[in-house]
Amino acid sequence: MFTKNSDTSDSESTSSSSSSKESSNGYQVRSLQRNNWSSATRKMLSSMPSRKTVLSQGYIVLQAWLYEPGKHVHYRSTRPRPVTPSTSPERPRLISHHQSLRKSVLKAETNKEQLVSDLRGLSESEGMRKLRAMPLSLADKMEIRESPGKKIYKQQGDQRERGVKHCFSPLAKNSVINRNVPCHNLPCMYLSRVGSLKLWNSSMKKLSGRYGTGVLSYFTFLRTLLFINLLFFIITFLFLVLPQAIHPPPDSHRTSFSWIELLTGIGYLSQSLMFYGYYSNITIKATSITSMVPYCIPTAYVFTTTISFFTICIILVYSMSKSFGKSFQVFKSDGNLSENVFCSWDFKVTKKPSIRLQSEKISTQLKEQLSELTSGEEERTLMQRFRNFLVHVAAWFICLASIFFSALGVYLLSKVRGKKAISKMHQNLDLLFMAAVVSGFNLLLPGIFNFCAWIEKHNSPSTRVYVSIFRNLLLKISIIGVLCYHWLGKIAVEQDPQCWENFVGQELYRLLLMDFIFTVLYTFLGEFVWRIFSQKILRKNRKPVFDIARNVLELVYGQTLTWLGVLFAPLLPAVQIAKLFVLFYMKKNSLLLNCQASKKPWRATRMTTVFIALLFFPSFLGAAVFVAYTVWIIKPSSECGPFRNLTNMLESVKLWADRMKDHHQILSWLIRAYNAFTDNPLFLFLPSGVFLLVIYFRIQVVDGQRRIIRRLEKQIDDEGKDKKFLITQLQYLYEENTPNSSHRHRGR
Amino acid sequence: MGNKQTIFTAQQLDAYQDCTYFTRKEILRLFYRYRDLAPQLVPLDYTNHPDVKLPYELIGSMPELKDNPFRQRIAEVFSEDGEGNMTLDDFLDMFSVLSEMAPRDLKAYYAFKIYDFNDDDFICKSDLEKTLNKLTRNELTEDEVKMVCEKVIDEADLDNDGRLSLEDFQHMINRAPDFLSTFHIRI
Repeated sequence: MFTKNSDTSDSESTSSSSSSKESSNGYQVRSLQRNNWSSATRKMLSSMPSRKTVLSQGYIVLQAWLYEPGKHVHYRSTRPRPVTPSTSPERPRLISHHQSLRKSVLKAETNKEQLVSDLRGLSESEGMRKLRAMPLSLADKMEIRESPGKKIYKQQGDQRERGVKHCFSPLAKNSVINRNVPCHNLPCMYLSRVGSLKLWNSSMKKLSGRYGTGVLSYFTFLRTLLFINLLFFIITFLFLVLPQAIHPPPDSHRTSFSWIELLTGIGYLSQSLMFYGYYSNITIKATSITSMVPYCIPTAYVFTTTISFFTICIILVYSMSKSFGKSFQVFKSDGNLSENVFCSWDFKVTKKPSIRLQSEKISTQLKEQLSELTSGEEERTLMQRFRNFLVHVAAWFICLASIFFSALGVYLLSKVRGKKAISKMHQNLDLLFMAAVVSGFNLLLPGIFNFCAWIEKHNSPSTRVYVSIFRNLLLKISIIGVLCYHWLGKIAVEQDPQCWENFVGQELYRLLLMDFIFTVLYTFLGEFVWRIFSQKILRKNRKPVFDIARNVLELVYGQTLTWLGVLFAPLLPAVQIAKLFVLFYMKKNSLLLNCQASKKPWRATRMTTVFIALLFFPSFLGAAVFVAYTVWIIKPSSECGPFRNLTNMLESVKLWADRMKDHHQILSWLIRAYNAFTDNPLFLFLPSGVFLLVIYFRIQVVDGQRRIIRRLEKQIDDEGKDKKFLITQLQYLYEENTPNSSHRHRGR
Repeated sequence: MGNKQTIFTAQQLDAYQDCTYFTRKEILRLFYRYRDLAPQLVPLDYTNHPDVKLPYELIGSMPELKDNPFRQRIAEVFSEDGEGNMTLDDFLDMFSVLSEMAPRDLKAYYAFKIYDFNDDDFICKSDLEKTLNKLTRNELTEDEVKMVCEKVIDEADLDNDGRLSLEDFQHMINRAPDFLSTFHIRI
């Protein structure tokens, strides 16, 4: 018997899958399924910490402390169950929960005060946060919150009044800041408050009920962009537009207004607050406040733009880091089966047909993964692999060629600017043509990319999504890059139209509007008409699916245009706000009418991180570089705008600083500090060096954690095997020693 | 700010705010949702802690839960008596855990209890089979269900006892960033 036992235990330790374990050592499994355990085995099992039914020692203490005879306590995690031998034969119900709790009650009496004092020792927000995160029922939490103070006072024999003394100081109640907000310091609180503003909540709930988390992430992204633009607009409006509006420049002459100018931006609009040309280089000294501190419009122009960009940079970095933290995994696990089983059911979906679609989606995914596992990596023949490779090369060639030709087309079109203004109508159409061509490319080329993705047949759906996002991004970057090069490299240098900043501002305004018009057309034609067509004519009950990646990239593109144009058209964020507002309602209604939920899986958290990263990295940083280059290097036009007769826009700040230095002490110190900062390159290298060091340190920490996790997993595995072995040995010895056991060892 | 409500005392509202992830307005809104399920049973005055329990049928008929295949388990896990009949405290607790702000560990704990159909504090094979059948509406064949269960236990079971304990489950959830966004009900 002993040898057989050791054989089975050896085979058990060498085999890895549970199925082979079960088949090869029936004895061991049977011995683990006994009901008549020896007392020694029982004692050993009862003292094992991993078999406790609550999360940690602290919670046991908490539960035990709440358990008092004669008091009605709401159990959540340790519901007392009767001990029945028929349930779960694998594991003995050793002691009832009452008994285990009674044991821990004794321990609890000593630990109770420690726990309460622990909670008290924390600050109010920390303690509240910890209390909220405990997996106890609400009534228990409220008792913990209230009674410790009372109990302690009772013990001390104090006859305090029956007012409720809390664990946390009463200051916590009054501070709105500490309510439900994960961060404690003030700017952090305001930033997170921005995210939790309750605009469009009911619409988004309806949408998530029908379409799930993926589509919801698009609308959340839209809402975030709306708030960013609102912030930008408020800063620019208060400090730039309003002062200029109150003191209009003396040399403004208005032409008549025609409706087409709303689209093209020339004429009446070009001499309004909308564009750069209207702003003058006056210094306002008229009102009482500004006679003390004269308000210099050029300086205000530069400062508002810089400060708005800086604020938005901080907001984006913060939301990016938060989103990255949520989606970060120490180990990469792709297509994990258990993850699909437990984490893929979207609880937000409430409509019956969508739930049915979701079930179909999950079962398809599971079937696919199972077939992958059972068949494994098929050995593809050399011919097949070569053919796959060729298809990939062809698809990439098509995509890159189309991107190159569209960029070339835009460049040539912008060079051949029709100077022959035959009629006003012709001039307007000419201006709009370029913007229409750009938007047309943005609309048509993703169709080509979809076709390429369809013929390519990628391995996993997430690869497909990433590849399509990359191609779309490349298209937009190349078009915008070509345009920016043309504006800054050619027009600004040659100073071709006299007021070139106005021209660039108008171009961006037209691009933004055309983009909006084309989106409306696409929503109408692409979704509404297609749905009618496929239902009435093709007689198929399949509605189009909302393409989340493409729509988000459209949003990012529109936002990039806004950020590029804000230096030349300060009211552009207002246009973008109006556009986003209309877009929300249009997309929502189009979805509800025309589209159905997607059958493909969509990892919302990961994708949201990718989108915010895309918003920051190519979009915002590109716009910031463009603006910085313009402000620093480019010579402003000499006949319009607040920076006429200066070598670059930054010079106005220098002049202003020189003027102010003589008047105010603090400002002169600031200016001196700023000069010292920028002149000495050490000041630039030192912070960057520190940042790089911190990043390296963090990477090493994560690496170390990864290694520790692997080691601990192995340790748990080995411990489990050891326990199994010991239990069977113990049980075997017990059975050997009891003479009246009804098992095999009759004759010995 | 609107302090003119007479449903709860100020201390009660503060206690609810401290112990859940909801603000004052949301708690009152949730109370009205609770009351709308059975206006004749739920009094408008909670200052003296009335003992009112709504039966499971009413809770399961809420539009947010009506078609969810796990609604019965959700109600059972969060209810005091384990049968799905919920008091206002249970109701608030349930939606607080399922809200956006609840941390991952708390959600993982309750998700574990929801998927543990036989309440033995382990997710064993039969629990997994029931979960799968609810997820896929019985579309997978028996063999496929068995294979999936085996593979899941293989992947997630760390101490090799043939079923998932809470720690195994939480370890697996930590590798799935989408859990936070899917285990969420908007109310």
